[in-house]
Amino acid sequence: MRAEATILPLELDRLRFEADGRRLIDDVDLVVARGGPTVLLGPNGAGKSLLLRLAHGLVAPTSGEVRWAIGGGETAGRKRHAMVFQKPVMLRRSVHDNLIHALAAAGFCRSDRAARADEALARFGLRDHAGRAARLLSGGEQQRLAVARAWSLDPEVLFLDEPTAHLDPSATRAIETMITTLRAEGRTLVMATHDLAQARRLAARVVFVLGGRVVEDAPAEVFFDNPATEAARAFLAGELVW
Amino acid sequence: MDEAVVSTFGFGLSDPALANLLQIVGLSLRVTLTALALAAVIGLPLGALIGISRFPGRKAVIIVVNALMGLPPVVVGLVVYLTLSRSGPLGALGLLFTPAAMVVAQTILIVPIVVALSRQTIEDLWGELGEHLRSLGLTDVAAVPTLLWEGRFALATALLAGFGRASAEVGSVIIVGGNIAGFTRTMTTTITLETSKGDLPLALALGGILICLTIALNAGAFAISRVGARHAG
Ligand SMILES: Nc1ncnc2c1ncn2[C@@H]1O[C@H](COP(=O)(O)OP(=O)(O)OP(=O)(O)O)[C@@H](O)[C@H]1O
Ligand SMILES: [Mg+2]
Repeated sequence: MRAEATILPLELDRLRFEADGRRLIDDVDLVVARGGPTVLLGPNGAGKSLLLRLAHGLVAPTSGEVRWAIGGGETAGRKRHAMVFQKPVMLRRSVHDNLIHALAAAGFCRSDRAARADEALARFGLRDHAGRAARLLSGGEQQRLAVARAWSLDPEVLFLDEPTAHLDPSATRAIETMITTLRAEGRTLVMATHDLAQARRLAARVVFVLGGRVVEDAPAEVFFDNPATEAARAFLAGELVW
Repeated sequence: MDEAVVSTFGFGLSDPALANLLQIVGLSLRVTLTALALAAVIGLPLGALIGISRFPGRKAVIIVVNALMGLPPVVVGLVVYLTLSRSGPLGALGLLFTPAAMVVAQTILIVPIVVALSRQTIEDLWGELGEHLRSLGLTDVAAVPTLLWEGRFALATALLAGFGRASAEVGSVIIVGGNIAGFTRTMTTTITLETSKGDLPLALALGGILICLTIALNAGAFAISRVGARHAG
């Protein structure tokens, strides 16, 4: 990653999202500074995906604001935050062409695209699959391509929405290794999961989300060893929380 | 056209008759393919835009476009006739009873099919891919080329359906083309005329060619869906 102007910190300011008369995100305040992975933890339907989509700008909040340190999260006219979706989105073309398309859409000039795509294929072990139809890859391979594609865009902030849901243990390990590498490159990760073991392995900070609210926000060790709220304790104990 | 095909459909037509037949087939294909190209250029982007945009009255637009798919060709012919006739609003162009008039009529017949089918295809794709494309920084309109390419197999089938409708219709081209020998006589209008005159060999030969065309179109649609499945999963 190039050293240049940073889009961080990201500030979510009294963010609220309502649909069909239901308040799905309820006055969330959150600041993400440059640093280790922030993990959004919470049960199904808590609002983790919605919070990521709001932060990434895919969904407009009912009220409140998403603020980046500079220019709406862009530097030099290019968006510096990317997202990997809970369900990988693959275009009906080859693995290589999926990368090229993303690079072109994100505004990389023609001469950069091929080199970046090749680098992404090599780094994420996809070289042998370059010519295959992306939608015919296995779930784990598709998720790997989704992460590679997001990485190729050189984001400073990467939103990951349950990147290992439905993957087997070895594919999960491969994705987690990729995530650790991204962190080591100085990228700031914001990741949603309801997998406690994974949160323990990856998180530097845990944001516990419940019913569209941030119930707890603490360094990972503190959250896991000594949760402050009854709800978090129950969640960690594997008891259902609604 | 090779010998075998000629002997199958020629029904012993003499050389001038054969030349006549080939001229008719050529004009038919030229008119319909031109109309199809125009309909694609107009209909694909229009269908895509309706598919991804939200505006008041959108549902009504969709219902109207779907209804226009069943537009009776004779009515289209009548409207184009009135528009292009000497006293009509576009009479000065002098297009009535020319192949250009037939192209206009067939384009009007095909556009609703292309718009309706591409709207459905693109709307489904936008639901599936929209967030990813917006995540990459594409606005709705900038995403249209990507969506059209993603829907290429379904859209090719839609174009074949449009081609099928135009090549088989007789009502509009006979009104605006006038069925002038050697100039605006198509396969369908010739069959109409020759049958009523009792010249069955030419009518039968053209009928055979139309049936083959229909079979070829369906084979094409089938092949496209097979190729599509290999790419799209
Ligand atoms: N655009 C929307 N319109 C209406 N409701 C929505 C919308 N997006 C999400 N929801 C609802 O908001 C709630 C939270 O959804 P969200 O996907 O954020 O949960 P999650 O925490 O990611 O759950 P999971 O762990 O199952 O992925 C759900 O009840 C969902 O149905
Ligand atoms: Mg989710």
